[in-house]
Amino acid sequence: MIPRHQKLLFGILLAASLAMGVTLWHLRERAHQRLIAGQDSAPTHAPEVAPAEQATLLVANDSDGSLLPQVHSLPLPADPGARARAVLGKLLDLYAPPDAAHPVPGGGSSVLQVFLLPAPPIGTGVPASPPPQEKQQTGPQLAVVNLSGSFAASHPSGIETETLTVLSICGTLHANLPRVTQVRFLVDGVERPTLAGHADLTRAYPTADTVSTERIRQ
Amino acid sequence: MRWTNWALAAFFAGGLCETSAAAQAPPAPPVPPARFMVVLDAAHGGDDSGGRMANGQLEKTFTLALSVRLRSLLGARGIQVATTRESDATVDLNRRAEIANRARADACLSLHASESGSGVHLYVSSLAPVQPSRFAAWKTAQAAWVTRSLALEGVLNSALQQAQISVILGRTALPAVDSMTCPAVAVEIAPERDADKKVTAGLDDADYQARVAAALAAALLEWRTDAWRTEAHP
Repeated sequence: MIPRHQKLLFGILLAASLAMGVTLWHLRERAHQRLIAGQDSAPTHAPEVAPAEQATLLVANDSDGSLLPQVHSLPLPADPGARARAVLGKLLDLYAPPDAAHPVPGGGSSVLQVFLLPAPPIGTGVPASPPPQEKQQTGPQLAVVNLSGSFAASHPSGIETETLTVLSICGTLHANLPRVTQVRFLVDGVERPTLAGHADLTRAYPTADTVSTERIRQ
Repeated sequence: MRWTNWALAAFFAGGLCETSAAAQAPPAPPVPPARFMVVLDAAHGGDDSGGRMANGQLEKTFTLALSVRLRSLLGARGIQVATTRESDATVDLNRRAEIANRARADACLSLHASESGSGVHLYVSSLAPVQPSRFAAWKTAQAAWVTRSLALEGVLNSALQQAQISVILGRTALPAVDSMTCPAVAVEIAPERDADKKVTAGLDDADYQARVAAALAAALLEWRTDAWRTEAHP
């Protein structure tokens, strides 16, 4: 003889089990429907590609020590920092092949970031106080180019080849962002004495040097 | 009228005394030859190997060998030479400039080698020329000497061209050279190549090395007599 309260408890447990089973089946169906709906979703917006623009690159040539301007068409973002990085990436891509006129391994991915800051007076460090807002928008700029450590480590050693790399970067930045009047270099985010044993990377390079520097093959 | 006659008499008497004193003065001693000092800076050394040449030779070995050869050539011509290193030793960049500045050199050559490019590359500091001042900043001390460094570069260029060696001239920022207070040129020797970039004389070519060293020595001899050098130091 089963007591009455035990029968009642069994009935409640059975009902709860059935209710949980129904709930689980219902949740499973909803998840399945959601999955199917996800597979049906198609892209509705095409990714936006920056329009191609003309960029002037100062391309180095080891055989005569020259920097010659070349015009290339490439997608350029609107943001000046990203634009500078894109232009320098293209420049270093030109140097990547072993048979290039100025062979330097690494390519465009060697430019990690380019930061654009208000330019301090030549020969000084960072300005003590930021310039007024209107001057920041129109005044001269300092470009800080952060290169990858692998680029510096694999750069050929020599005064000419290192100088040409530095000057071509400075000249290319100035040609495409005329407000850039000075360039500083970092390697993996920190200052480095030289690029590959010769060219000084601790100083700011005036971009005017690139324009005025003449290299003559006799 | 009377005082005028006295004055004329005194003037002529003074003139006669001067003339007779000059006639009796002993002959002036011969002028000693001007001191002429060259500093040769063999780049790299010790832990700093510099670049690696095509034949596996290290840049530090090449520059030291060139420095020794050039020192012999200059010594044979009576030119005093100071070097920044005589062995495979690590010499700090500041120490190199200190040696050059203490020597009060008339010419400083920083010797380098590279597999890139062709011929000899002559580089002068890219610092903007400034008027000499009593106290110069260490990192930009070369600025007061840039004009004469360019003149020395011109003399080196002429001598190398006469030796049928192709030359590339340029400006750069080298930490040691930028601190030197002397006419300073960085000389980078690269293999000679033809128009198709084929090497016609490698860095291990003894004849090529001898031609470059002889041309540099001839240039420094020329520099000794050059009018640029005889100008007062800044």
